[in-house]
Amino acid sequence: MRRQIARALWSHWRRAPLLLFTLVAGLALATALWSGVQAINAEARASYDAAAATLGEGRFDQLVREGGIARADYVALRRAGWQVSPVIEGRLGGVRIVGLDPLTAPGGIGPVAMDESDLAAFLSGDGAVYGAQAALDALPPGPAERVLAPDVAPGTVLTDIAVAAGLLGRDPAVIDRLIVAEVQPRIVPPLDEVAPGLTRRTAQGGADIGRLTDSFHLNLTAFGLLAFAVGIFIVHGAIGLAFEERRPLVRTLRALGAPLSTVVWMMGLELLALALIAGALGLALGFALAGALLPDVAATLRGLYGAEVAGSLSLRPGWALAALGISVGGAALAGASALWRIARMPLLAAGRPRAWARGGARGLALQAVAGALLLAVAGGIVLVGGGLGAGFAALGALLVGGALLLPPLLDRALALGARTARGPVAGWLWADGRQQLPGLSLALMALLLAMAANVGVSTMVGSFRSTFTAFLDQRLFADLYVDAGDGDRGAALEAALAGRATVLPVLIVTGEVSGVPVEIQAARDVPAFAANWRFLSAGPDPWGALASGRGAFVSEQLARRAGLSLGEAVDLPGGALPVVAIHADYGNPAGQVILGEAAFRARFPEVSAERFGLLLDAPEAEIRAALADLGIDDSAITDQAALKAFSLGVFERTFSVTGALNVLTLAVAGFAMLMSLLTLAAMRLPQVAPVWASGLTRVQLGRMELARTALLAGFTALAALPLGLALAWMLLAVVNVAAFGWRLPMMLFPGDWARLFALALLAGALASAWPAWRLARTPPAQLLKVFANER
Amino acid sequence: MNARWILLALWPGYAAAQGFAGLGTDAEGFALPQPDPLFDFPADHGPHWDYRIEWWYLTAVMEGPDGTPYGLQWTLFRSALAPEEGVGWDAPQVWFGHAAVTGEDFHHVTERFARGGIGQAGVTADPFEAWIDDWRLAGPSFDDLTLSASGPDFAYEVSLEARGPLILHGEAGYSVKSDAGQASYYYAQPDYALTGTLTLPDGEVEVTGTGWLDREWSSQPLEADQTGWDWFALDLDDGAKLMLYRLRSADGSAWTAATHVAPDGTVTTVPDGAATGRATGTATVAGREVPVEWRLQWPDMGIDVTTRPLNPQAWMDVAIPYWEGPVIVDGSHTGRGYLEMTGYE
Repeated sequence: MRRQIARALWSHWRRAPLLLFTLVAGLALATALWSGVQAINAEARASYDAAAATLGEGRFDQLVREGGIARADYVALRRAGWQVSPVIEGRLGGVRIVGLDPLTAPGGIGPVAMDESDLAAFLSGDGAVYGAQAALDALPPGPAERVLAPDVAPGTVLTDIAVAAGLLGRDPAVIDRLIVAEVQPRIVPPLDEVAPGLTRRTAQGGADIGRLTDSFHLNLTAFGLLAFAVGIFIVHGAIGLAFEERRPLVRTLRALGAPLSTVVWMMGLELLALALIAGALGLALGFALAGALLPDVAATLRGLYGAEVAGSLSLRPGWALAALGISVGGAALAGASALWRIARMPLLAAGRPRAWARGGARGLALQAVAGALLLAVAGGIVLVGGGLGAGFAALGALLVGGALLLPPLLDRALALGARTARGPVAGWLWADGRQQLPGLSLALMALLLAMAANVGVSTMVGSFRSTFTAFLDQRLFADLYVDAGDGDRGAALEAALAGRATVLPVLIVTGEVSGVPVEIQAARDVPAFAANWRFLSAGPDPWGALASGRGAFVSEQLARRAGLSLGEAVDLPGGALPVVAIHADYGNPAGQVILGEAAFRARFPEVSAERFGLLLDAPEAEIRAALADLGIDDSAITDQAALKAFSLGVFERTFSVTGALNVLTLAVAGFAMLMSLLTLAAMRLPQVAPVWASGLTRVQLGRMELARTALLAGFTALAALPLGLALAWMLLAVVNVAAFGWRLPMMLFPGDWARLFALALLAGALASAWPAWRLARTPPAQLLKVFANER
Repeated sequence: MNARWILLALWPGYAAAQGFAGLGTDAEGFALPQPDPLFDFPADHGPHWDYRIEWWYLTAVMEGPDGTPYGLQWTLFRSALAPEEGVGWDAPQVWFGHAAVTGEDFHHVTERFARGGIGQAGVTADPFEAWIDDWRLAGPSFDDLTLSASGPDFAYEVSLEARGPLILHGEAGYSVKSDAGQASYYYAQPDYALTGTLTLPDGEVEVTGTGWLDREWSSQPLEADQTGWDWFALDLDDGAKLMLYRLRSADGSAWTAATHVAPDGTVTTVPDGAATGRATGTATVAGREVPVEWRLQWPDMGIDVTTRPLNPQAWMDVAIPYWEGPVIVDGSHTGRGYLEMTGYE
């Protein structure tokens, strides 16, 4: 019996291979989008975790001192009870060498798993160096054993502190930094009493990088969820169609004596098999997608945040399982109602789908209330504020609320449209649109979300790009940037170029203001600064105040995090200064304070400039020759255009990923619409047949089908615009501030909207083309049968 | 924990047993203990760089002003990668310390690690000082010491005054551990008068009691098939002291050695077999069954006692975990003491 049932069920797919394809393709596509995004996320996260564990930077406070920390101070701290661990690090052959003391490092030796003999080798003799293959290969030859450890952060090798000191040719009695363990003894003496002059850099510094990258990942995760939501719409459509079409088959099987439970059970099994196959396909697709996008992601993160991500992808069991789970879970979610309906179908019921049974004004009203409530919640969260999590919660509420509101809104719009209708055909067209709405609403919601995300993200990207370009223009106004290598050569450079160029020394120290890590920089009193810089807010004559040492500029990030506003004093080494201007400093995880050059030199006499911006008064060739005389070759000189191009390139890459996902999401939404329309087409014959019988040709009916879908897609696109703009506003003004510490001005790009609107219409038209074509080609006999068969 | 392997050096199964052929050094150049040692105090209180492992091991039983019993442990281990002291980051010495304080219903443990050669941990013989980080056992002489340690949830500082001479375990301080001849140098100060302060989460407690300090060093302490040990250091109410250890073999047998110090100071040591210990009750500790109740018998001394733990959950949750805590003695003699059990991981 089971064999026969299985063959009967399978025969359906043989008769409708296209349907089988769309079902599998839909599931696979949804899974691919989800798993691709997750793969990128997982890969990048694994890289950060490795980096964080390697460097102990994210999790632990650090103690640092200008010029290094004496080993004797380390021992003094330990002997006072302080649980700190020394690190000697540096670069060799382009590889970051991190020397740890595995005995005291609170995070152990990071991501490296060792057995006892490994650690014995690590600690004794020539030592051992752990790293990924690329990093090991880049190391100059040496006696230390090289151990492949793929989980060590890219571009980094780990070794014992003794080995690191040797490799780097460093004085072993000077430590670069101390990692502070989270757990300290009950009572330890104050740090200053044991080892004065140390700066405690709180884990905040590392966490900032974590927060930045988290924001990027959250962005991706949001896309992943959206892709999944859209995917579920597709799967729902495809499975709904497959089950609706087989109702007669089920009826026949049952009439022949097949037990209902067996049929339902076998259909469930069939669904599971299909979901697994589709999941595996989706996994492969997702892997390919991630593989194609990951190099960009890696480059983006490296450029933007200085976080290294390996540019290659490895199959992580976690997300592979998740992808299969998504596919099966999605199929179950979408198939449950269809199976339920099959299970409850009376034996003698008509084997026809019931297009009329859907809908209902009450459901729409409920949906409208729920949607409005969610929008209110989103607004509430934004008003109350607080953190990245809240920002994303608000985003979610906004998107779901908007999606829920769509069907009621479309229903109202179509009802209004119907009033304008003249003649019975137009009246029927509007009314039929309303009638179809319940069946299409899931697909339309998918389209709405895809469109809104598209509008939102393109607005954000556009705003970011314009703001950032303008920012680069104002900040990179010098003609050439020169790295003199050391302070002495820097001084020689200033002397040599006097009269031929305006020299802008880059004087910079790092420190902390109100617990926020900052870089303190000097600005030389030259007119070019005032001519190029723009402030977010400023008091009267900020440049005068800066030059005379009566004030300081602070970056927006610092102002937000330290709660500084104009006129308030910023607490600096050597005395507080009032904030006279707040400037934008996009992309910098640390805060920034700008001082006048005299004030800076008075406070930090030990700092000398190694890098310089040059405003040329003489021909560039002459300047380059003069620099070459000082031993500064072209590799140490960057011209402004190249620098800007590089900076912009970094940001372009950030968003090429989101752009690619945008296009895919829209494609998936179009696919969902196609599936829904195909499902509806089979059910709608009884509704279309009377219209045909009233005198409309099949071709006219097909055209009307196209027009109606385009109309619905157009309405949806219109609704998507405000939703997308709200989404963009939240990304720029809520999420970005929470994640990055700066707020981007929102700019509007109506050109993009027009393009998107056209795309939405196109997606609608494409999706309905095939159903319309099928309708136009429906054999009259089939339409006639509607009347012949007593429904 | 990455330093876990270091502890392995102290534990059974360590290193391929070299066999004992009367050779003075093992394959890696470490010295091996020889019979009939002549100790040179105070120099021998300090480190013996020629040997692979060494420890300064202090346990104490105490009571608070209201008679509440407590126990404390303080141990400094040295484990060498090469037989030399070394200077700087490269020094081939690894030090680690364990500290614990135990009451009837609590057991606080913490551990420290340090590399040699930089001063973070070490031992000097005269004046005596043994330290790792802020933990310290030091004084003008080995008879007059101050002990301190601290952890996230406890600290203690006590002074220790010796009431008798050092005693030598085994044959004049040469302590044989197996039939194959593995041995260590082993002596102890079994009777310190202790006064001091425990700092517990609930506040400070003034304590008085008795301390026992063991010194042991070797290069290959155990036979390969020896799986762990049960070590007792008991302070009997009649004024006598009893040390007994049994080294368990994988086949279920045990190598037992014991030392008795009579109230008048007479020291009796016996090699394998004359004194025995047998587990009489277990407790589930950290998810495993540990024999926390014992019966110890030494017929020649008229000793037939049982021990039960002050706190059965005295699990040392350190890199290589073990059980160690105060015990209460009953039977032919009454008293209190310390029990250490390893190899029940």
